[in-house]
Amino acid sequence: MNKISESIKRFDFEDKISGKAIYTPDVHIEGMIYAKTLRSKVPRAKIVYIQIPTLPEGYFIVDHHDIPEKNVIPVVFDDQPIFATDEVNYIGEPILLVVGPEKIVILEIMDKIIIEYQAIQPILSIEDAESCSAPFIFKNQPHFVKYEYQKGSFYESVKCAKRVISDEFRTGYQEQAYLETQSMFATYDGHTVCVQGSMQCPYYIVESLKVALGWDESRIRVIQMPTGGAFGGKEEYPSLPGVHAALASIKTKRPVQLVFERQEDIQCSTKRHPTIIRIESYIDENDDIIARDIEVKSDGGAYAGLSSVVLQRTIFSIAGCYNIGNLRVRGTVFATNNVVTGAFRGFGGPQAFYAIEMHMENMANQLEADPIELRRKYFVKQGDTSSTQGIFYDPIVLDLIADEVIAMSDFNEKRLRFKSEKLKGIGCSIFYHGCGFTGAGEAELIKPSVRLKKDKSEVEIFISSTEIGQGVLTTMRKIVASTLDISIDHVHHNYPDSRNCPDSGPTVASRTVLIVGRLLQDCAIEMKKRWNEESFDIIQNYVYPSHLSWDNQIFKGNAYPDYSWGANVVEVEIDENTYEIDVKGIWAVYDIGTPIDSKIVKGQIEGGIVQGLGYAMMEVLESKAGKLSQDTFTTYIIPSSLDIPPIFSKLVENPSTVGPFGARGLGELPLVGVAPALASAVQQAIGTKITKIPITPEDILKEVQS
Amino acid sequence: MKVNFVLNQNNVSVDVEHSNRLLDVLRDLHQTSVKEGCGEGECGTCSVLLNGKLVNSCLIAIATVEGCHVTTLEGYRNTKRFEAIKKGFEVSGGVQCGFCTPGFVLAAEAILSENPDPTTAEIRKGIEGNLCRCTGYQMIIDGILAAKNIGKGLW
Repeated sequence: MNKISESIKRFDFEDKISGKAIYTPDVHIEGMIYAKTLRSKVPRAKIVYIQIPTLPEGYFIVDHHDIPEKNVIPVVFDDQPIFATDEVNYIGEPILLVVGPEKIVILEIMDKIIIEYQAIQPILSIEDAESCSAPFIFKNQPHFVKYEYQKGSFYESVKCAKRVISDEFRTGYQEQAYLETQSMFATYDGHTVCVQGSMQCPYYIVESLKVALGWDESRIRVIQMPTGGAFGGKEEYPSLPGVHAALASIKTKRPVQLVFERQEDIQCSTKRHPTIIRIESYIDENDDIIARDIEVKSDGGAYAGLSSVVLQRTIFSIAGCYNIGNLRVRGTVFATNNVVTGAFRGFGGPQAFYAIEMHMENMANQLEADPIELRRKYFVKQGDTSSTQGIFYDPIVLDLIADEVIAMSDFNEKRLRFKSEKLKGIGCSIFYHGCGFTGAGEAELIKPSVRLKKDKSEVEIFISSTEIGQGVLTTMRKIVASTLDISIDHVHHNYPDSRNCPDSGPTVASRTVLIVGRLLQDCAIEMKKRWNEESFDIIQNYVYPSHLSWDNQIFKGNAYPDYSWGANVVEVEIDENTYEIDVKGIWAVYDIGTPIDSKIVKGQIEGGIVQGLGYAMMEVLESKAGKLSQDTFTTYIIPSSLDIPPIFSKLVENPSTVGPFGARGLGELPLVGVAPALASAVQQAIGTKITKIPITPEDILKEVQS
Repeated sequence: MKVNFVLNQNNVSVDVEHSNRLLDVLRDLHQTSVKEGCGEGECGTCSVLLNGKLVNSCLIAIATVEGCHVTTLEGYRNTKRFEAIKKGFEVSGGVQCGFCTPGFVLAAEAILSENPDPTTAEIRKGIEGNLCRCTGYQMIIDGILAAKNIGKGLW
């Protein structure tokens, strides 16, 4: 084992285990008041009028009139307002805040506010959006974006096909279900507004405040507080409550705390995109796959948010780990009056790999081939090109990964045996996750920068990457200390504060160790050379590798700067009376390069797998007439300690050439492959096709009876 | 109404509505390790020990606490038993975002005080009411298994 992989005690451990860590809802300072958000109760309407009761002294309304500059949250298309003005587009859309000292009085005021709506016909599903003529939600079209790219000679090659195997799949919403709800706290001293809170991306909030206030960055400060889970749900969404709390504090000149209730959080924060995915494989007379035609449709909800980027990851990933020469891939994100969908661990990857891996499973069944051997025939290798024609420059060890997972799980023996054993099944998946921002995004959009400071014998890390439980306050110290070859006790690193941390990019896309960690390593290498100097700073900016290229207009080139790889096997047994799925075991093998801390890595793997298990078979979340039907922890069911199967995981050694010490991205990968392996196992157990996730006992009953 | 109870071995008296949640009363008394995750007794982040039993403080009306002993992590963290659980979680890597952690520490105490030598299955059952979205639970279970050995004789 590489020395850096040896686990150490996390630097946030003492505070967290002893309950001393102060999260945003725990902050209480003199003069602090509370804000609560009044939200739309209808999916789509004009606001005719809002009647506010007489407010008791010390209570305020904060709404769009209080925004000095621009009523918009800057994401990709700048279409989402901070507060609704004359129309609402989804249930839960913020209209105004009621702010004041007593929570109970705030609720009384909210009860007395009357809003008269004039309903507009809502668009409530992908199918609705496809058939909608007007009025549209976004510009003069039913979708936010529509993409298409091709590889090889798609149209020529399909003419040579002897048969076509096609599938259509549906994936559901998923809620991040971080245990700390969205929470923000803002102060204003007459010059500077400071927002502290639960977040992944401090600079997203800085940018949102700049746009809303029209202020110079010197008057804006954003600090991350200890954050009780995020999983993508605190990527772009916290900009809304962050700006809300800031506006409230500027207006009232008091510290303001804004903490969501659970039901409010589930109803109105971003979710994983539901999708409909169709895949057609064109096959020649030798049963070889010669071309694929793939179409992805997703529900983006009422505002564009990050949906375009999420769709890009889905359509780039959906060719899977396979080198198929001829591809046509199309994708559309539709605008609907459902809750806004956005970032969630995997970021479009889980939908893609569910579909392509189920399709491979179905092909193996139809062609009477071994499911892993069929996949192996098409595994991408070093020197091959990706779906977007980028060369894979580094060694890819999918054969080894497949061999390991087969051996660990006894896949072949069980697969054969379960053919004759009722209600038992085993399934597999092979998958990857592109690490870092899409295409040249790291260089063109993010432009990450890091700072390392030396003061005598002490070294301090300044980055905007957030500690969201994934261990950044520990792994970054390890990278710096190991590079400098000094004791880790001399390396310091705090929760990010925009006042002194450069923008090293958002804490997303499995990029933190890979990109930010590498920049810090580069700083440390430079610092080591100048170690005899007493005090100095080193700032390192990201440089796009010269051997990579990306054209974002035609989606051609290296879609990601690096990839991590994996395989899962899931074994199930279905209860013959209740049709409940009993997961007997999950086996997982990954190439994440060099692990930076083996215990932190294990935590990411097991947590990701269990979240993937929830996605596959437990976490039902449906929108009915624009309202989510499961909006509490009683109705939205995430895995508990009684739901977890035995998990056996293993890493293969294949150091990255991109990341520090050979590390690749890890955070998202373990969630990505669980659903298809599980669904394939269920298919074997019941002998009929599974075309949707999550798979419930009711679905299985329906399949078994039909 | 006035309610008297013992918080971490100190007598306290609060003057609140009888239906106020124990959770809110404790947080007003600066017991910020007691978190609100769902407000309906599903997640266990507001776990406290009420007369030694693990309860969700969001479901307890303060009036029913009259005369009871309430233990939060603010009190429990000064005990030798806590040190054993802490070491167990350190060894296993059972802490990530940390928001659920205080609840799991008190759940571990409730399990071990009932049975100093629980099996894996008994530990799973004992933490059933505490949700964790980060770890996938096994590293927490391993932490409690480690704690029972580290703290042998303390329970």
